[in-house]
Amino acid sequence: MSAVIEAHDHHDHKPTGIGRWLFSTNHKDIGTMYLWFSFIMFFIGGAMALVIRAELFQPGLQFVEPEFFNQMTTLHGLIMVFGVIMPGFVGLANWMVPMMIGAPDMALPRMNNWSFWLLPGAFGILIASLVMSMMGMGSAPNFGWTFYAPLSTTYGPDSTDYFIFSVHMMGLSSIMGAINIIATIMNLRAPGMTYMKMPIFVWTWFITAYLLIAVMPVLAGVVTMMLTDRNFGTSFFDAAGGGDPVLFQHIFWFFGHPEVYIMILPAFGVISQIVPTFARKKIFGYSSMVYATASIAFLSFIVWAHHMFTTGMPVEAELFFMYATMLIAIPTGVKVFNWVSTMWRGSMTFETPMLFAIAFIFLFTIGGFTGLMMCITPADFQYHDTYFIVAHFHYVLATGAAFSIMAAVYFWLPKWTGNMYDETLGKIHFWLTTISANVLFFPMHFVGLAGMPRRIPDYSLQFAEFNQMASVGAFIFGFSQLIFLYVVIKCIRGGEKATEQVWEGADGLEWTLPSPPPFHSFTTPPQVK
Amino acid sequence: MRAAIRVASLLSLIFTSGQALAGYQMNLSPGVTTFSQGAYEIHTLVLWICVVIGTVVFGAMIYSIITHRKSKGAVAATFDDNTTIEIVWTVVPFIILIAMAIPATRVLLAMEDVSNSDMSIKITGYQWKWHYDYNVGEKAEDISFFSNISTPDARSLATSMNVVKDENYLLDVDNRMVVPVNKKVRLLFTSSDVIHAWWVPAFGVKKDTIPGFINESWINVPEPGVYRGKCAELCGTNHGFMPVVVEAKSEEDYAAWVASQKTAAADVAASANKTWTKDELMAKGKTAYATNCAACHQANGEGLAGVFPGLKGSAIAIGDIARHIDVVIHGVSGTAMAAYAGQMNDVDLAAVITYERNAWGNNAGDMVQPSDIKAAR
Repeated sequence: MSAVIEAHDHHDHKPTGIGRWLFSTNHKDIGTMYLWFSFIMFFIGGAMALVIRAELFQPGLQFVEPEFFNQMTTLHGLIMVFGVIMPGFVGLANWMVPMMIGAPDMALPRMNNWSFWLLPGAFGILIASLVMSMMGMGSAPNFGWTFYAPLSTTYGPDSTDYFIFSVHMMGLSSIMGAINIIATIMNLRAPGMTYMKMPIFVWTWFITAYLLIAVMPVLAGVVTMMLTDRNFGTSFFDAAGGGDPVLFQHIFWFFGHPEVYIMILPAFGVISQIVPTFARKKIFGYSSMVYATASIAFLSFIVWAHHMFTTGMPVEAELFFMYATMLIAIPTGVKVFNWVSTMWRGSMTFETPMLFAIAFIFLFTIGGFTGLMMCITPADFQYHDTYFIVAHFHYVLATGAAFSIMAAVYFWLPKWTGNMYDETLGKIHFWLTTISANVLFFPMHFVGLAGMPRRIPDYSLQFAEFNQMASVGAFIFGFSQLIFLYVVIKCIRGGEKATEQVWEGADGLEWTLPSPPPFHSFTTPPQVK
Repeated sequence: MRAAIRVASLLSLIFTSGQALAGYQMNLSPGVTTFSQGAYEIHTLVLWICVVIGTVVFGAMIYSIITHRKSKGAVAATFDDNTTIEIVWTVVPFIILIAMAIPATRVLLAMEDVSNSDMSIKITGYQWKWHYDYNVGEKAEDISFFSNISTPDARSLATSMNVVKDENYLLDVDNRMVVPVNKKVRLLFTSSDVIHAWWVPAFGVKKDTIPGFINESWINVPEPGVYRGKCAELCGTNHGFMPVVVEAKSEEDYAAWVASQKTAAADVAASANKTWTKDELMAKGKTAYATNCAACHQANGEGLAGVFPGLKGSAIAIGDIARHIDVVIHGVSGTAMAAYAGQMNDVDLAAVITYERNAWGNNAGDMVQPSDIKAAR
């Protein structure tokens, strides 16, 4: 047996140089590229957030014109959603799914290559429109990441067509990535690994991939309708031609709400791997975790109009979407209760991944509470489009999804590189990030409730104090991420050697491979009991 | 909590740059209408439910983190399932949700009942101002006007620093919407361009204004006073600069306001018949330009590169006068240039076109009379 493996290792030659990356069909190399892409975009999107927070430090305009401010909020949102969180999770899936299910690689390696290499093109186009805007040639997209018609159609800048092309490319990339993940999970599981034995991370990605396949074509549809409205004389969203601007919102949020879960289900998966490892105890309620994930995915398709309570829907529709949205609290609650029960009477240690996972559970739950508040239609009339919702979605996406990616990187980095990261620096990064994130996002609840609308470059004086706090938090949060970058680079370059299992409580196929794992993960399928 | 507030206010003191700042607010305000009070009550209820659940869940977590740690010699238990407790934490939240849904439904149904109103006002969103029209429904009055931010200089980086920032900074308009107290006023919402949202927190009313569609809501303001709000839906460059100001007046004061509006309208109509001098037109044009045009074309006439064209030296502003009038009163379809025929009166249109042809070094030298506009309409 070992002779067979050794013989295989001889074929373990990697292509070298730039070709290794450009033509890669290897799940680990492509995963690495996804993760680095996500990391670079995190700094670009973060720099835009700092422009926003610098402008909002004081009442009055100090740094940028309102027009440029709108471009910043738009691109910050688009980049963080499509360029950071989604590629970040796809990168984790690429690295971990084959290793967790005992496969040699992804099922469709060439498509994997194309899925990734579409992304730099898509974001190159998007960012090019900003570069041109800064050089005085037109405006970058300036209609918010939700690009509501007719602001983005009749009134959109010329760069809107670039934006549409870019979104088409991102969608293509996501759909192919999702098909690949489903094909891999369905076909390449090791003998004995039944569906109900798969790690939760694999389960959450399996369900997420179906969500992607269901809704990315809807996004492609809505931007195509924009394209024809703008260039070919149709009037889907133009009331003057018999269209309906609200139709845009229905289609967008039919994509957009499942999209929200696309960005959080893999995070649930990551947390469900980390908590049992550091509690040294099996995950509590495995099957209820799986069913809860599936329920959330199903519900995500019937709640979209809770983003649109102020558009003047019939009261019956408002009631339906309020009740349906409330139901999401139940499976989400089950997940949180399961994590707490996993920790309960465990034997916990608090390395950086566990710290981030615990912070995730606290802060994501706060975001969940504000989500519950916002589904109450009459109260949402007050919350809608204020900083209260900005606080809400940053709690679930920044301290939720992004924290889970950070947790995952610390958790699996020793496996990926074969070296332990610097635990002291990791903890410094954790505490700075967590404290500053709360200084940044918590005051947004207050200004939102006090009546500050979102997406405004200037505000009235009663909002000044909390905006200053938020801006201070933002700069600390932003610069703390340089520590993260340093820790990652330092770990890649060397450090204490990691064992196969890395963490004392680690359990699963990926921890049976050497650290770093061989180029082709499992050339001989392991037997799962 | 109190300690947290103290830390927050201490931090804010540190970061306050000596400028006199208005007092801050951390929670939703109950407001003055049944809407806003209903929203406030349900907000408070759900917030406290969340606080209680949060205390239990976070409490359990914190207890576990402190107690069940390896460094204290904790040995991991082996349980990983418990059907009873899983049923409990599925069913109990469901019951709590029902307890929240019942009052929420009651409040919502009351809000959506616009029947039996005493009067109506049609509110139209424009980039970036509001139009109030009293000439609709029961008790229609022939009154309509635009409501612009009263500090147009706040909209640009170059001039923002000159604006006095007092407690109503960005919350003041030239013409307030006026309503009588203790009357059910039906509000109709629409838009002439993109989607805006009309919002007054003290009323609990936030409605999108959608081009081509009409939304409705209602208010019944119990107390005379001034109520302020803002546009809530991103509507383009100056989204942050379209405040809403509503003044509720007693019945007598409201009647006096209606009468004064009618007198003012008659004065404007009369002034359209006289012949204006160029200096008069330029002076009036400068004001009208700042109110109606500068948001896009900028106070210096240079526009915003790639977004809004400049007028300084533009072929239209110094070229054929008939074409210039046509663009201003009929707009340019498929672009952000709106038709101003319905937005400005003959005098203001004549003045603004004259101003555009002779300001910032434009040297067309000619002028436009209100009678020319009347003829071109």
